[in-house]
Amino acid sequence: MELHDVWFVLIAVLWTGYFFLEGFDFGVGILTKLLARDRAERRVLINTIGPVWDGNEVWLLTAGGATFAAFPEWYATLFSGFYLPLLLILVCLIVRGVAFEYRAKRPEENWQRNWETAIFWTSLLPAFLWGVAFGNIVRGVKIDQHFEYVGSVWDLLNPYALLGGLVTLSLFTFHGAVFTALKTVGDIRTRARQLARWAGLVAAVLAVAFLLWTQAHSGDGKSLIALIVAVVALVGALTANHLGREGWAFSLSGLTIVAAVAMLFLSLFPDVMPSTLNGDWSLTVSNASSSPYTLKIMTWLAVIATPLVLLYQGWTYWVFRKRIGTQHIAEAAH
Amino acid sequence: MDLALAPETLARWQFGITTVYHFLFVPLTISLAALTAGLQTAWVRTEKEKYLRATKFWGKLFLINIAMGVVTGIVQEFQFGMNWSDYSRFVGDIFGAPLAFEALIAFFFESTFIGLWIFGWDKLPKKIHLACIWMVSIGTILSAYFILAANSWMQHPVGYKIDKARGRAELTDFLAVLTQNTALSQAFHTLSAAFLTGGAFMVGISAYHLARKRHIREMKTSLRLGLITVVIAGLLTAVSGDTLGKVMFKQQPMKMAAAEALWDGQKPAPFSIFAYGDVEKGHNTVAIEIPGLLSFLADDNFTSEVPGINDVNKAEQQKFGPGDYRPNIPVAFWGFRWMIGFGMASFAIGLAGLWLTRKKFMLPQHLRVGEDEIPHLVLFPKKALSPKLAPWFWRIATWTMAFPLIANSWGWIFTEMGRQPWVVYGVLQTRDAVSPGVSQGEVLTSLIVFTSLYAVLAVVEVKLLAKYVKAGPPELTEDDLNPPTKIGGDTRDADKPMAFSY
Repeated sequence: MELHDVWFVLIAVLWTGYFFLEGFDFGVGILTKLLARDRAERRVLINTIGPVWDGNEVWLLTAGGATFAAFPEWYATLFSGFYLPLLLILVCLIVRGVAFEYRAKRPEENWQRNWETAIFWTSLLPAFLWGVAFGNIVRGVKIDQHFEYVGSVWDLLNPYALLGGLVTLSLFTFHGAVFTALKTVGDIRTRARQLARWAGLVAAVLAVAFLLWTQAHSGDGKSLIALIVAVVALVGALTANHLGREGWAFSLSGLTIVAAVAMLFLSLFPDVMPSTLNGDWSLTVSNASSSPYTLKIMTWLAVIATPLVLLYQGWTYWVFRKRIGTQHIAEAAH
Repeated sequence: MDLALAPETLARWQFGITTVYHFLFVPLTISLAALTAGLQTAWVRTEKEKYLRATKFWGKLFLINIAMGVVTGIVQEFQFGMNWSDYSRFVGDIFGAPLAFEALIAFFFESTFIGLWIFGWDKLPKKIHLACIWMVSIGTILSAYFILAANSWMQHPVGYKIDKARGRAELTDFLAVLTQNTALSQAFHTLSAAFLTGGAFMVGISAYHLARKRHIREMKTSLRLGLITVVIAGLLTAVSGDTLGKVMFKQQPMKMAAAEALWDGQKPAPFSIFAYGDVEKGHNTVAIEIPGLLSFLADDNFTSEVPGINDVNKAEQQKFGPGDYRPNIPVAFWGFRWMIGFGMASFAIGLAGLWLTRKKFMLPQHLRVGEDEIPHLVLFPKKALSPKLAPWFWRIATWTMAFPLIANSWGWIFTEMGRQPWVVYGVLQTRDAVSPGVSQGEVLTSLIVFTSLYAVLAVVEVKLLAKYVKAGPPELTEDDLNPPTKIGGDTRDADKPMAFSY
């Protein structure tokens, strides 16, 4: 295994971490409209992710920075090629961050309601768009011999990628509902479990279709194993949710995301962005990667820093391990 | 859609707008993190309530500010790929590494511990909670260092080789990138300026309250902390600016010649206070100058020769081929002056303020005040400022807040535009760095979207800051004064509301 293969795995790990973590906080954002009945419940939802959403989002920034460093060609082609969808994602993430921080800082009804609406849409859109983006990465796009994306924005909205978007949207909603059931007390907890049942079923149907399509398109033996793990984990998560085993349900919905992302990356390898115009124009781990020296430095960084990050981020979840309900939200906290 | 513009023009405007905007929040974040941490340390050590109230007050302003810094920073991580894909392909092997270091080391630090700090008042024992804000502070400083090392490489590329076959620059010595003198002096200068910014912010807001005789205890403490920060940081900004200037004279003579509108080399070279020039003909029509000072700034010697714009342009034409290697001279010239002018104005006001509000043991008996009184402004050894002049001091001190922000912005505009036409000095020109596959229509779209979004957010954030500034430090509750002893919070009452919630 060469260093650029190691970095392919590490980039996959960073995206997996991002989708696992921000997956449930996108889901929670979506639930502010689907599940919460009033402001107090919306605030319960928002506060389950309050201390952690920012740290979760850094997984994306790190995935971006690490792709830049380890696979400059991939970074360049991906973000200049998917220009407008990425712009939309960035706008959502900007508004979403501000919404969390500023929503409670003024008491006016309009102010709070507008930011709550913003939280819903800016959680929903990226949850969908990331799936579309990864669908396109796996399927391949029009890339010319200079590694430039030459398709249009409409080419990105093909059925396979759109299905990918629906998969991430439903899966993150399910993951968020299971997370909510794990982190709350009272009525909202029961309803979160009920909602998780439906979201999970929808996610299961969509995910099975999407992953089988992927397997047929570019899968191999390894990706098939990942596919099976993903499906079994999703069924397990649904069962655990049904039985009220919230910890298990969350772990298994997380495992579903891990296995699904792993499957996408396995079916991608050794390409990082296949070209649909000519197989020789595909970006691969070797023609898109940095020099061995840079990869070596980056590997040292990852080996030392990643365990530390996991350790102190894990500690944060432990500090804020208590379940919260409407009774824990102070009336005029602004 | 193609507009009659150079391909890089819109992308440059976008980078300029998003980056200058982002950098309004960055220096405040860096300095307010440390200053808030300092105040909280004072609370933990002395248990004086005024320190806790001040911590909560400045902490809130810090949080309103860092939220904007964080979200506008997301764009910074991706716009190299979006608008500057050929740049990313060419330098990613080198430039990407410090960015990845920044994300993996600094961003995780900041984002995780800020969450712990915001929500941790009733979840963490006092000292651990305090450690969290210090971790945030360390994160902000590390973040600044890595990104400045990356920028320094664009100013003065080191530790690399060009791989002709792959058509890109490759890293050969990462330590050189992190520790070259450009990176060190740029980090020194930028961090000092960041503390000048935060100090002036504190001075301005404290002066606003003191002028209205409100929250006197906390604001007197804050005023003093702010003034001392302004004076020390102002001094360090000047010293580091001088160091950085000397480095730049050696590494980018064109930038410094442009900063001085020095068209032709002179020995000794004068420092120009005002100049109006003719860019086409390559000379100044009006100039007010101090003889020899530029030679001293460049080389510590009043008689050294400093090369001029025309000389460097010729030298670069010989080295790199035909072309115009001059940056926008008026922008460089005036940017340099606005930077120094506004930065040093806030330093001077800080120095004056520190003298006027000096401590009691330096004052005669009748001018000393108690803890709950507004300090007299004592200009002469034994005489206070007249009641007519005193309000002006508080007013000017309030305005100071804006000065370092203006200076910072011009500093970046100067150093980035002064490097043109290069994006990586001597290696890659800006026009060769843009994304060839992205249309001008797309760049224009994102330019309009970001600019309007940022404009709206600016209004929102300034109004919010104003609201919390006016509200002043909060009243303390029983819980504030009795922090938990266990991690995760004491379990006296399972249904107790959280100390902080969104």
